[in-house]
Amino acid sequence: MPVTFTRTPVDTERKHTGIGGKPPASRRPTGGGGDGDNWDGQRGRKGPRQLLTRWRLGVFFALIGDMMFFVAIVSSFFVSQAGGHFDPRTHNYISTWRPVSVPSILWLNTAVLVLSSITMEMARRQLFREIDVMEEWLGMGRPALRRATPWLIATVLLGGVFLSGQWLAWEQMWTDKVLLASDPARYFFYLITGFHGAHLIAGILALLGALASLTFLRRVEYRQIVVDCTAWYWHCMGVFWLFLFALLVSAQ
Amino acid sequence: MTDPIESAQAIQHSGPNAEPRRRRSWIRRYIFTTDHRTIGIQYLLLALIAVIIGASLSLLMRLHLAWPDLPMPFWGVMKPEDYLALVTMHGTLMVFFVLTTAPQSGFANLVLPEQIGSRQMALPLLNAASFWLTVLSLLVLVSAFFVPGGAPISGWTSYPPLSAIAASGPGQALGMDIWLVSIGIFCIASTLASVNMLTTIVAERCEGMTLDRMPLTVWSWLVASMITVLVFSVLFAAAVLLLCDRHLGTAFFVPMGDLVNGQIVGHGDGTPLLWLHLFWFFGHPEVYIAILPGMGITSSLLANFSRRPALGYRLMALTTVLIGLLGFLVWGHHMFVSGMNPYAGTAFALTTMAIAVPSTAKVLSWIGTIWGGNLRLTTPMLFSLGFLSFFIAGGVTGPLLALPILDAYLHNTFFVVAHFHLIMAMAAIFSVFAGVYYWFPLMAGRQLHEGWGKVHFWLTFLAAYSTFFPMHLAGLAGEPRHYSQLSGGAASMAALIPLQRYISISAIVLVAAQLIFLTNLIWSVWHGKLSLANPWQATTLEWSTASDGDPIVLRGPYDYGVHPGQSDFLPQDALEPNPE
Repeated sequence: MPVTFTRTPVDTERKHTGIGGKPPASRRPTGGGGDGDNWDGQRGRKGPRQLLTRWRLGVFFALIGDMMFFVAIVSSFFVSQAGGHFDPRTHNYISTWRPVSVPSILWLNTAVLVLSSITMEMARRQLFREIDVMEEWLGMGRPALRRATPWLIATVLLGGVFLSGQWLAWEQMWTDKVLLASDPARYFFYLITGFHGAHLIAGILALLGALASLTFLRRVEYRQIVVDCTAWYWHCMGVFWLFLFALLVSAQ
Repeated sequence: MTDPIESAQAIQHSGPNAEPRRRRSWIRRYIFTTDHRTIGIQYLLLALIAVIIGASLSLLMRLHLAWPDLPMPFWGVMKPEDYLALVTMHGTLMVFFVLTTAPQSGFANLVLPEQIGSRQMALPLLNAASFWLTVLSLLVLVSAFFVPGGAPISGWTSYPPLSAIAASGPGQALGMDIWLVSIGIFCIASTLASVNMLTTIVAERCEGMTLDRMPLTVWSWLVASMITVLVFSVLFAAAVLLLCDRHLGTAFFVPMGDLVNGQIVGHGDGTPLLWLHLFWFFGHPEVYIAILPGMGITSSLLANFSRRPALGYRLMALTTVLIGLLGFLVWGHHMFVSGMNPYAGTAFALTTMAIAVPSTAKVLSWIGTIWGGNLRLTTPMLFSLGFLSFFIAGGVTGPLLALPILDAYLHNTFFVVAHFHLIMAMAAIFSVFAGVYYWFPLMAGRQLHEGWGKVHFWLTFLAAYSTFFPMHLAGLAGEPRHYSQLSGGAASMAALIPLQRYISISAIVLVAAQLIFLTNLIWSVWHGKLSLANPWQATTLEWSTASDGDPIVLRGPYDYGVHPGQSDFLPQDALEPNPE
């Protein structure tokens, strides 16, 4: 019977091994929970947190890949910013890069996104309150569901506000009668906000999925996984946006 | 979300003492399965199909190079653009669908979980999804042959402006779009597969399986997966930007005033160099995704069949990581003649030569492992030795090409073709053959026929050298690659036609030798010698005979011949023969 779903401190006993403070190889931490942690006798299961660890690691690794996508886009941004061509009439090396002034509504959007990360974190933590988890585990009610739902809904709403704000920014750019293909700074603005917006739409879909799963998923572990992974994704998109926004602001 | 994890567990325990497994339909067990071994076999079959197509295309190319006026079957006399389409599709199929899927996804799915003492991949459903995305990607790619205009002609590297302008060639309209979409899908699929693999290696190791007890195959899959996650999204971004250039009117890659077919198409300050940087930032680490698993397989197999521990285990793990890291710093050596800043070329030359150091350390370790060992020259061992041979033969030309001044002459010649076919194609494919012969008992319960395996090895080995080694000479003589014909105006190259004919005949022999392998493969599935539980007397856990409970690892992976007088190998989870 698991006592808790939170991480228990690992007893390493480094002092008494007699080999320079290093634990013997059989006791060094591996992926598994180690001896005696096969808590419910199921084959291939090494502890209550194993599933969560798996999914969380998977999301982290996938986010590293996603980060490289944005790194590539930002690198292209700098390359294009420095680009230019030789003008045969004037014998000059000239550039078509015209810096874009960032619509001021983006500052507001950024604040909304930061706020949504806070509500998301609140929702995530509701799923890991030890006493609630115990109650859900014992089938005595769904306190985590009750507590987390408002925070999740708030996150969805804030995410929607952010996306609408981004759309407004796009519309402002449009009223300037400037087309996508006009100059590189302009289409990088659309690309960066667009790709980030697409990621956020995926995030909102994940949030809606998490909301539904709070009701439908049978096991408390699975509910934790869905909310936890969605939260890390959401935070990560927030951090990405801060960097992308800083890039757009600094290049204007 | 609820079931697949548990059902994967249920499917897997099919050993002799297995619990009665859940009954499932044939389709759920063999086609849309989440069982990692079946997925591994599926990946290998996918690579087999891709390699058959890719090799057929290369035969057409070879025939055309040697006898330009010969009408091809189903084709007629080949036009230059047809030849370029063949080059493109051959390269794309081989690099992505053979050299990336077979050593990395195929073998890792087959044995990685067992090698680290787990029973399953960490995220089985994701695993199945990434396999089927790979299948979709292959189908999309092959469909490029059948659209108006045919397959794209800009090579597997798809350099703009050729790849950015639809008017620049027959396959560059719809064919190029299909190529980009296919590669985009492949990027997503292989990233997801590697995410799964990384998670498995980090989180699923059994008790006692510390990092310094992981088999070197696992180390190589770990590093190759990290590389995959880091670089494939860059290729994805590049493909997206190129699609924007093609359809949304942006100008990332097309320079101002670019002239195609008499029309000015460039309207912005784009630069093809940007594509080259993005592509090779992916492309060079991709080479290591293909070859690192082969290095791991070779280390394991050489140790096994020499009955000696792999020499310098820690050094080998370290050099694997080091090669992976340095692989990120060398992409510019593909761009020495591209108009890149020459000072950058110097820096890339230095990093490229630096990567020869860990590579040489590996070669020395392999030679040290087999030196004076009690060699068992089985077929997998022969193919591992073949890997070693090709790795050295293809590797020594690497530092030559790393010199910008030499590369300026050699870059667009057959010398480069010889270099990468020896080190990337042949070395990697020999490690794949070694792996298939070695792990076939895990797939079919039987062994491949040894005698025909040896015939296959010797024919392949000799024909491969005879095909690719003369290309060095053609390249040194100045014969350009990517050229459809040498006859006609290029009178100075006419003297090389006999050499090209010799190469073509060797290539036909090389491909014909693979028919032996195919026959052996199909025959052995039903009629091969029934395999013992641990036919190669190996120490790693995929051969472990203990069937109940999680294994507990007690020692490093290569305990061969270290206890004289007793059994000459100790599996990682076996108790000591004589505990004192």
